[in-house]
Amino acid sequence: MQGAVVPMAEIEPGCHLGNDFGCGFPAPDASIFDIEPYFGQFTKPVFLLLLGSLLIIVFFLIAFRRPQLIPSKLQSVGEMGYLFIRDGISREVIGKDGDRFVPLLFSIFFFVWIGNLWGIIPGAQFPVNSRFAFPVGLAIMVWIIYMYLGMRHQGPIKFFTNMMFPPGMPKPIYVILAPIELISNVLVRPVTLSIRLFANMFAGHLLLTVFTVATFYLASPSVIGILGSATSFLMTVIFTGFEALIQALQAYIFTLLTAVYIAGSLHAEH
Amino acid sequence: MTWMLAAEEGGSNVLRIPMFEFVIGLVAFFIVFGALAKFALPKIKQTLEERADAIEGGIKRAEEAQAEAQRTLEQYQEQMAAARAEVAEIRQQAEAERASVMEEARKAAEAQAAQIAANATAQIEAEKAKALADLRRSMGGVATDLAGRIVGESLADDARASSVVDRFIAELEQASPNGGQN
Repeated sequence: MQGAVVPMAEIEPGCHLGNDFGCGFPAPDASIFDIEPYFGQFTKPVFLLLLGSLLIIVFFLIAFRRPQLIPSKLQSVGEMGYLFIRDGISREVIGKDGDRFVPLLFSIFFFVWIGNLWGIIPGAQFPVNSRFAFPVGLAIMVWIIYMYLGMRHQGPIKFFTNMMFPPGMPKPIYVILAPIELISNVLVRPVTLSIRLFANMFAGHLLLTVFTVATFYLASPSVIGILGSATSFLMTVIFTGFEALIQALQAYIFTLLTAVYIAGSLHAEH
Repeated sequence: MTWMLAAEEGGSNVLRIPMFEFVIGLVAFFIVFGALAKFALPKIKQTLEERADAIEGGIKRAEEAQAEAQRTLEQYQEQMAAARAEVAEIRQQAEAERASVMEEARKAAEAQAAQIAANATAQIEAEKAKALADLRRSMGGVATDLAGRIVGESLADDARASSVVDRFIAELEQASPNGGQN
């Protein structure tokens, strides 16, 4: 087994650099995302997803339980979130008539964010959205909303022709532009939306796992071992900080793009 | 129960989409969306609108109060200016009145003084003339008597006697320059 990639489940306790247990560096691979279910199909990410959903609901129900004109501290925190979505995303991208989509955008943002956040919360340490099924579900939902609103507001055929023939181009350009626009808007958008979120969370978690495993593996009584272990630990801390940033950023991007798609479906691009 | 986007026999495939996760993910999202959209967000939306109203109303009320204060200030300043003008006018009137009263009083006093002086002068003149006449008459008689007794004869000729007396008195007056004041 020397030099080979070892599945996490097979890592021997006490497998350190220099120990002659016949084990090399147990590099984490994609198998760390396949987790044994607690029961049935309830795996750790499913459990964290449900717990996160519950936390969002409980937090905002308490924060906005009896809202006052002069807010309490909890209400202020909730309001910051609400105004961030309403003013920072909805009104910025869609405009004033986007106010009716604020609950949707608000739910998407916090649902995605808490799902990502589990990746660095001690004890949980698994980003829910690194399981491809969750971003795909959300992206398909966004795509359906995008298609429905577009066909309703611009007409079932006009929606697609508006998208394929943006005004102000020389006529021959449309030969190339029209199919590209159609494919990019209708087919590529949901795919990129889901993969962007999934891949960021997947890569982040893999990176953190690599440095964490390396911290333990390199911890051995030798100069290289101590230096390597300390460096790996430092990298784990630094990348945890990066992850915190990326998690919020990806939730923001997902929500922002949803708003952009909705804006595009309400009004033809000029 | 699973869709294989990129089938890869044996090894783990991260792009696999287990139907269970796909469904429970969407169900969880719709529960979150439903709870927030129905129970949490409408309240805060209403509160934020009320707050915006309250702030806008407050600003409007403050503007009204300021305009009112400005109006009151202008009114007050107007009144102050009017009152000042009135005071100045009254003072000027009083000044003029005082001057005229003083002038009148001065004139009356001067007139009265002149009257008194004139009266006094006239009286003095009259008394002086009367005294002179008395003196002249009695001195004439006395002197004539005295002279008659001295010469032992009566100076019967009155005409002569009279001229002598007159001459005497004239000499007397010449000798005493202050005689007019006696």
